[in-house]
Amino acid sequence: MARFKKKGTKAPPEINTGSMSDIIFMFLFFFMVITTIREATLIVRVRPPQASEVQKLEKKSLVSYIYIGTPINKGLGGQSRIQLNDQFADIHQIQEFITQEREARDEADRKLITTSLKIDRETRMGIVSDVKQELREIGAFKINYSAAKGKRTD
Amino acid sequence: MSKKTPQINSGSMADISFLLISFFLLTSSINTDMGISRKLPPPLDPNVKPPEIKERNVFTVLVNQNDRLLVEGKPGDLSTIKNLAKEFMSNPSNDPNLPELEMKFIPNLGDVLLPKSAVISLKNDRGTSYEMYLKVQNELTAAINELRDELSVQKFGVKMSILGNEEQIAAIKAAIPVPISEAEPENIGGN
Repeated sequence: MARFKKKGTKAPPEINTGSMSDIIFMFLFFFMVITTIREATLIVRVRPPQASEVQKLEKKSLVSYIYIGTPINKGLGGQSRIQLNDQFADIHQIQEFITQEREARDEADRKLITTSLKIDRETRMGIVSDVKQELREIGAFKINYSAAKGKRTD
Repeated sequence: MSKKTPQINSGSMADISFLLISFFLLTSSINTDMGISRKLPPPLDPNVKPPEIKERNVFTVLVNQNDRLLVEGKPGDLSTIKNLAKEFMSNPSNDPNLPELEMKFIPNLGDVLLPKSAVISLKNDRGTSYEMYLKVQNELTAAINELRDELSVQKFGVKMSILGNEEQIAAIKAAIPVPISEAEPENIGGN
C-alpha cells in the first residue's frame, strides 16, 4: 500500500512532442507532391516562347488546356499535333472538348473558363489559327497564350 | 558524473515545421501558368457588313511566313514596333495621320483626351512561327501597359501594378483598352 501511495504523488509525465514535427513534415511533403501534379502527361513537345508582359493565370480550376507541338515520339512524324487531355486530337474534336470542359464545371463558372494554349515556339500559325477559329465558333473567347517570363529584348 | 544531460525541448519544432508548411502552401501557387491573355472576337455574321474604319485609325502590322514585319506599310522590326504603337495610340502631337482625339469622360478618371477609335490590326500568315507571333503580341501588350502606366502615374501618382483600388484599375482599363484586332485568317502561303 505504502509503495503505491508514493507513486501517486509524483507529477504526471510530460507528453513527448518530438514526433509532432515528423507528422507535420509528412504533411509538408504531401502538399509539395500534390501541388506539382500535372494536368496531363505531355505527348507533344511544348517549349513555351518567352514574353515579358506575362500575367499569372488565376483560378487554376477554371482553366482548360490545349497543347500543340510536335509529338515527343519521333516515330509519329514531325508535324505539329494537338493534344487534348491525354491523347492526340483532331481539329474538329476541340469543340467537343470545350463542351466537356464546360459540363465538368458549375453552371455559374462556365463563362469564366479560360482556355490556355500551350504551344511550342516553332509551331506554325496555321494550326494555331485553326484552333482559334474553332474556339470562336464554340464561344470560348477567353484565351491565354502560355509563355515563360523573359526579359525584354530592346 | 551521474548527472543526466537535460532534454532539449522539441515542442517548438512543430511550430517551425508549421511555418514551413504554410510557406510552401503560399509559394506553390506561384508556379502557376503565365501567359498573355487575349479575348477572341465572336464569329462574324456573314450578313452584317463590317464597319468602315478610317485609314488613320488603323495601325496595321503584318507578319509574313519568314517572320518579317510590315508595320504601316514599311518594313519594321521588333524593337521599333512598341514605340510606334504607343505613338499611334496616344497621338501626342495631334498628327492628322494618327487617330483623331476626343475628350472622353471616364468614371473615376474624369475627362481624358483619348483617341476616338484606334485599332491595331494584326495579320499573320499561316507559315508565321508562333514564337514571332507571340513576340509581336508581347510588344503590343508592352505598349498598352506602358500607356496605362503613364496614365496611372498622371492620375493617381503610381504605376498601375501598384494600384490597389479595383475601381481605379477598371477606370484605367476602360480608358486604354486592348484594341488589337486580328484579321480573319487567310490561307496565303499554305501550311
